[in-house]
Amino acid sequence: MIYSEKVMDHFANPRNIGEIENADGVGEVGNAKCGDIMKMYLKIDGGVITDVKFKTFGCGAAIATSSIATEMIKGKPLDEALKLTNKAVIEALDGLPPAKIHCSVLAEQAIKSAIADYYTRQGVDPTPFVGKLEDHCDTCCEV
Amino acid sequence: MAETKIYLDNAATTKISDSVLDAMLPWLKDGYGNPSSIYTLGRQAAIALNTARSQVAKALGCEDSEVYFTSCGSESDNWALVSTAKMMAAKGKKHIISSAFEHHAILHTLQALEKEGFEVTYLPVYENGIVKVDDVEKAIRPDTALVTIMYANNEIGTIQPIPEIGEVCRAKGVIFHTDAVQAVGNVHINVKEQNIDMLSLSGHKIHAQKGVGVLYVNKKYRLAPFINGGAQERGRRAGTENIPAIVGLGVAITEAVAKIDEKNAKLRAFQDKIINEVMKIDRVHLNGDRTKRLAGNLNFSFEGVEGESLLLQLDLQGIAASSGSACTSGSLDPSHVLLAIGLPHEVAHGSLRISMSEYTTEEEIDRLLEVLPAIVTKLRGMSPLWEHILKGETFKIK
Repeated sequence: MIYSEKVMDHFANPRNIGEIENADGVGEVGNAKCGDIMKMYLKIDGGVITDVKFKTFGCGAAIATSSIATEMIKGKPLDEALKLTNKAVIEALDGLPPAKIHCSVLAEQAIKSAIADYYTRQGVDPTPFVGKLEDHCDTCCEV
Repeated sequence: MAETKIYLDNAATTKISDSVLDAMLPWLKDGYGNPSSIYTLGRQAAIALNTARSQVAKALGCEDSEVYFTSCGSESDNWALVSTAKMMAAKGKKHIISSAFEHHAILHTLQALEKEGFEVTYLPVYENGIVKVDDVEKAIRPDTALVTIMYANNEIGTIQPIPEIGEVCRAKGVIFHTDAVQAVGNVHINVKEQNIDMLSLSGHKIHAQKGVGVLYVNKKYRLAPFINGGAQERGRRAGTENIPAIVGLGVAITEAVAKIDEKNAKLRAFQDKIINEVMKIDRVHLNGDRTKRLAGNLNFSFEGVEGESLLLQLDLQGIAASSGSACTSGSLDPSHVLLAIGLPHEVAHGSLRISMSEYTTEEEIDRLLEVLPAIVTKLRGMSPLWEHILKGETFKIK
């Protein structure tokens, strides 16, 4: 299993790491049993993501996908951020090993979950914008 | 990426020692004869093969004729299990006893045998990672064909009561195999005194090269070949012998066995030092028995930290170590060994295996201890799981 230079760069120097106090939307996905949890904090102003931070418990790919995903949505309007796919995250990282594809799905889900939280806080039903949030963790932790 | 300067993954593989390399080189250059050939070049290779066989026999306390060279430890395990199972099935015995935390070369072979109608009892290994002799005795039935228990565990280094299990098997007339890949050169082994009928070992764990192993088989048993073909290894294992690798293994095992006590004295001191320092970190667990473990092995779990991230951070500091974390192996489930000793998944994901060799130095250990606590702090600082743990919102540990 080999990580690309890009993955290693984002792992070694993660961008936008940390928390946002008084964030407008916070999303947490994954679970400890599967070995990865991602938490995203968004600051939203006029429908635009003005700041984003993340915290991740997980493997190198989990940290790298969350790091690059924050870069890809910072400064973007919500509707554009919602269009970010796990495939785009993989491409931006110059590929991921097959066993790590689920990390990119998790990054996509973390953003969606944070945006859904923002809508909910605004008293708006997030489902029409965000869709139904799927639990990615259906194959990795058969106990 | 930084170059690996400190190698602490000797349970994965070891470097070839200078003396082993020196012994191998002539057989990679001018001594290329086939030991089955009658002329001088062939005879020279045959003599080298016999010498290596005697060296292995001496190291294990068996006869030369009981040593079979194979391509690796996994082949030795597969051969021992499959051929013994078939031999005993012919006598109506189709029950095998093993443990829950064997190497996959054993576990996956047993699973294949189960599909063919064999029944396998997997003994528990408890929190300390050690099989109970009493459990082995109780599990033996009239139709038990084989007991296979590893000598030392590859992940947590716990040493099993092999002589005692051998005694029970001998008394009950059951064949006893042990996967000693991690134990050879680290523990004093004598197959006759310890009542071991079959034993697997691998060259690359003891500073020989990869691609060579041994199966010792008590001469009482005539195992059917696993690799069929020519008459090599007295008709038991076909395939032209890998003379350079076998010569290297002979030298390696001789040296490893001679140095056991000296090496262990040094590594025990390093082990104590590492345990003392690492256990100062908050919420860390030492996996496996504190004392009944290989001197070179340490296995810790750090709550709130994921193992692969830990390894990659160590790698950035030029330190190579290993993890029981699923992520490193490409499977997403955590180590079956750590689950077998009762760790919750959440904690098993955060494990680190440090395995030392005779070449490990105190400076290297000091460097590890200098960087490890900071890496754990850094990863915990970015871990949502660590937040949950601090708030008491997560799993329980026994």
